Amino acid sequence: MSDGMGERVSDAIVPGWEVVIGLEVHAELATATKLFSTARNEFGGDPNTNVDPVSLGLPGSLPVLNEKAVELAIRVGLALDCEIGRSVFARKNYFYPDMPKDFQISQYELPINGRGHLELPDGRTVGIERAHLEEDTGKSTHVGGGGRIHEAGHSLVDYNRAGVPLIEIVGAPDLRGPEDARAYVAELRAILVAIGASDGKMEEGSMRVDCNVSVRREGAAEFGTRCEIKNINSLRSLGRAIEYEARRQVDLIEAGEAVQQQTRHWNEDEGRTHTLRSKEEAYDYRYFPEPDLVPVDPSDEWIDEIRATLPALPRERRHRLAEAAGVDTAAAALTVERGMDDLAVDAIAAGADAARVLVHVDNNLADGAGRLTADAFAALVAMEVGGDLTATQAKTVLADLVASGGDPAAHAATHGFEAMDTGELESLVDRLIADHPDDWAGFVGGDDKERKKKSGFFVGQVMKATQGQADGRIVNELLERRAAGG
Amino acid sequence: MSASAAAIAADVRAGTRTARAVVEEHLAAIDAREDEIHAFNLVTADAALARADDLDRRIAAGEDPGPLAGVPVALKDNICTRGVPTTCSSRILDAWRPPYDATVVERLGAAGAVAIGKTNCDEFAMGSSTENSAFGPTRNPLDTSRVPGGSSGGSAAAVAAGFAPLALGSDTGGSIRQPAALCGTVGVKPTYGRVSRYGLVAFGSSLDQIGPLAASVTDAALVLEAIGGHDPRDSTSIPEPSPDLTGVLGGGVDGLRIGIIDELMGEGVEGIAADVKARVEEAAAALSAAGAAVEHVSVPSTVYGLSAYYLVAPAEASSNLARFDGVRFGLRVDADTAAAMNTATRTAGFGDEVKRRIMLGTYALSAGYYDAYYGKSQKVRTLIQEDFGRAYETYDLLLSPTAPTTAFPLGDKTGDPMLMYLNDVCTIPSNLAGHPSMSVPFGTGDDGLPIGVQVLAPALDEATMFRAAAVLEEAAP
Amino acid sequence: MNSPETPRLTRDDVAHVANLARLTLTDDELDAFTGQLADVLDHAADLEALDLDGVAPMANPFPLVNVLRTDTPVDHDVRDEVLAAAPSIEDEQFRVPPVLGEAP
Repeated sequence: MSDGMGERVSDAIVPGWEVVIGLEVHAELATATKLFSTARNEFGGDPNTNVDPVSLGLPGSLPVLNEKAVELAIRVGLALDCEIGRSVFARKNYFYPDMPKDFQISQYELPINGRGHLELPDGRTVGIERAHLEEDTGKSTHVGGGGRIHEAGHSLVDYNRAGVPLIEIVGAPDLRGPEDARAYVAELRAILVAIGASDGKMEEGSMRVDCNVSVRREGAAEFGTRCEIKNINSLRSLGRAIEYEARRQVDLIEAGEAVQQQTRHWNEDEGRTHTLRSKEEAYDYRYFPEPDLVPVDPSDEWIDEIRATLPALPRERRHRLAEAAGVDTAAAALTVERGMDDLAVDAIAAGADAARVLVHVDNNLADGAGRLTADAFAALVAMEVGGDLTATQAKTVLADLVASGGDPAAHAATHGFEAMDTGELESLVDRLIADHPDDWAGFVGGDDKERKKKSGFFVGQVMKATQGQADGRIVNELLERRAAGG
Repeated sequence: MSASAAAIAADVRAGTRTARAVVEEHLAAIDAREDEIHAFNLVTADAALARADDLDRRIAAGEDPGPLAGVPVALKDNICTRGVPTTCSSRILDAWRPPYDATVVERLGAAGAVAIGKTNCDEFAMGSSTENSAFGPTRNPLDTSRVPGGSSGGSAAAVAAGFAPLALGSDTGGSIRQPAALCGTVGVKPTYGRVSRYGLVAFGSSLDQIGPLAASVTDAALVLEAIGGHDPRDSTSIPEPSPDLTGVLGGGVDGLRIGIIDELMGEGVEGIAADVKARVEEAAAALSAAGAAVEHVSVPSTVYGLSAYYLVAPAEASSNLARFDGVRFGLRVDADTAAAMNTATRTAGFGDEVKRRIMLGTYALSAGYYDAYYGKSQKVRTLIQEDFGRAYETYDLLLSPTAPTTAFPLGDKTGDPMLMYLNDVCTIPSNLAGHPSMSVPFGTGDDGLPIGVQVLAPALDEATMFRAAAVLEEAAP
Repeated sequence: MNSPETPRLTRDDVAHVANLARLTLTDDELDAFTGQLADVLDHAADLEALDLDGVAPMANPFPLVNVLRTDTPVDHDVRDEVLAAAPSIEDEQFRVPPVLGEAP
């Protein structure tokens, strides 16, 4: 299974127990038309407008595979380092009103993407078992009878979503806690968005997560019996559902009972899972090769062509930034997630101090880089590190660069920012110490907490007196030196 | 009775006869005998006349509507026609009007043909006698106490009764060729993928092919030329243009090597009547006289065809027919829940034979039985295709009976499904292999009813098959 | 036949597949269908004599691959026709009795 995880015992939900998680993620592919017909693939819209004989499953209609959906599936396979090969569509037979043909065309024995893996921001890898193509269902809404499904009333079915292409990405049971699971889904989402395969919107249902959970005693070699949890609609629900389910399973085992293999439904309002069906009730889907479609066997040339159009993936970008900045990939993750890594890498390459670059990018560029260039950024950081600008001034100038571009020195001059003479600063600090003897005593003699509080007080006084032009770092150094008798 | 499709089209194109006159003549023939025969579920008389008038106007304006100009054609009622009821002879689709035309319907229209009605068939094309129609059986025009064969019995009867010079049928295990044989018409099952299945209500998707029924080999060729060729709406459609058939019909069989399949002459499968065997031998002699080298050949795995077919076709059907659930179209029998409504609708809407095949197919695909039944049967298909492949290394064509007997009396086999299934024993192997084959009338049986000889060809070689068929037609007693 | 791998079809088997196929059978129908289906399966026992080791199952008789279409939308405009042919509609949707439970 795993290519590397498993040793880590992270965020144990119940001490002494390890939770084992494998996720199945369905993502709608960003095509213009459906998987097997030329009806539009569009979210929203009036009911039953994006339909045609094929997506309604009308008698006599036949599926024809969308080339773009195959290309996007291959992009996913390449991004997840999957084995890509000959694949065959199969029919998964079950009756349900939102399934127009009463079978779903999916891939069963031969998926387009076989084994691969995904790298989390902290560098650990999670196995991917497969990533296959299938069609989405329509949607049924319950009407009347109080809105609860077990009460009377009726249902209305809209087939706009029926036949929308999905990629189902089946992850290995390599995740060990809610944080892992969330990190995995977030990373997968980032990859899908980066390669243009999906918009990854969980809230619109274009990305959906089913979660397999089991528990075992720490150090146990065998997996426990797993339950599959459905109806998870957000990253938050994912974490909550895992915690609930893991506790439920541990409670069962500790009470001397066995966990039954089941499919369970997550109820967000009640914060619990409940049984949908047991393994014994497992539906007999009667899979068989879809006779109306022929195999897909992408040539190496086609795969190479697609590979050549892939953008840098999040993991590559994290590694690139981590290397440039001399940090680990986890520290580079936020910058990459925000798409600011090119700027950071370029600024660092232009000679800027990596730590200051990351601080600015992660904290002071919340609305993006605007007209800021990497060179101007590098020059700004150089001024700051060289003491020509305080941190506060640098932030101001950075905002100017974002808004209007240009040269940091010119912006600094406009604001009248000039490096404060250290001599002036020293006399100011001495005066403040003399004026506030009690605070000074607190700084010199207090515990860490008190010392910190008083340092904040003196720096604040200095900033007030200098209208923010002093460098807080230097003020602190002066205070330390005086306290040490210097 | 009436003129051939080729002659009608020639007259109509030349302006020596109007399409309206042609259609009126055929409507009159229908009026005269349809009550007795019940070939049609629906005769679209008004639409046919309007269409004929339109063609006549176009011809008067100097246009050429195409090679089937003004020729009435009867469409099996499992072929979708926009706005015109398409029932598959099932209560579950009673009065369903498709919102689109099948590709074959478009192509016949583009060739100038006039759709004259929808023909009766076994429900969802499941049967060999047209007795499994929810709307009552079709009778054989040559002896109305007998069945016309099936499942395209209405199409075969329509041609045999002179209701239409041409008809389309669908053939999953012999459903064009067997009724053609029993009604004394020509019937062709093309290579799988030769004719688009788009708009054909599916029975066994990997076996189904649409093809012509006609009074002559030439007419059948005209139809296949018109409907054949690649269709991007059917993924299994072969990317080849429609074959030239009418141009090669006179080519003869001189120098061809033709094998008579021993197994289908009773040395393997049972129940091939002596008169049927005699006619096949005579047909072989006629081909020999025309210059072909004819020998007997063994194609051993053909004897397993029936078993494999009655697992594969029902399996695919069980899935194809799931969509008849009362939700989107057709019959609904209401109930308290959606699932109960599905069940009530299907229970009321499907006839016994359809239920039998759905259950058989569901079983063949179900957990624990897939490998023993469906999986094994699909391997048998490979064996049969390979066996045919070996035979075609030596022979250009193969020959066999089309059906084991002449037309049998209504009700004779309805009590025993297995007995009914045995009708398809000679026709099934071509469907399993995906190869073309056709039935050509060749004499009559001891009861005076027609017997069909089946000509089989390798994939895509309809041209050679038609050459032999033309020779047989010429030589037929 | 009745070989170990394919035991003769039982009444319960038929009831099970009828349920899977969303069909209700009367007791008489169950008896009749059981016999008839078992006859077909008995006939199919002749396949057990075949050596099928290494034989690939056929999915499509004509071996095509990569049949693909371009991702170009077409306006089909069939909604009104389709809804008009539906057994029951409400608010441009297909109306059905309450759907119990989730898709399997």
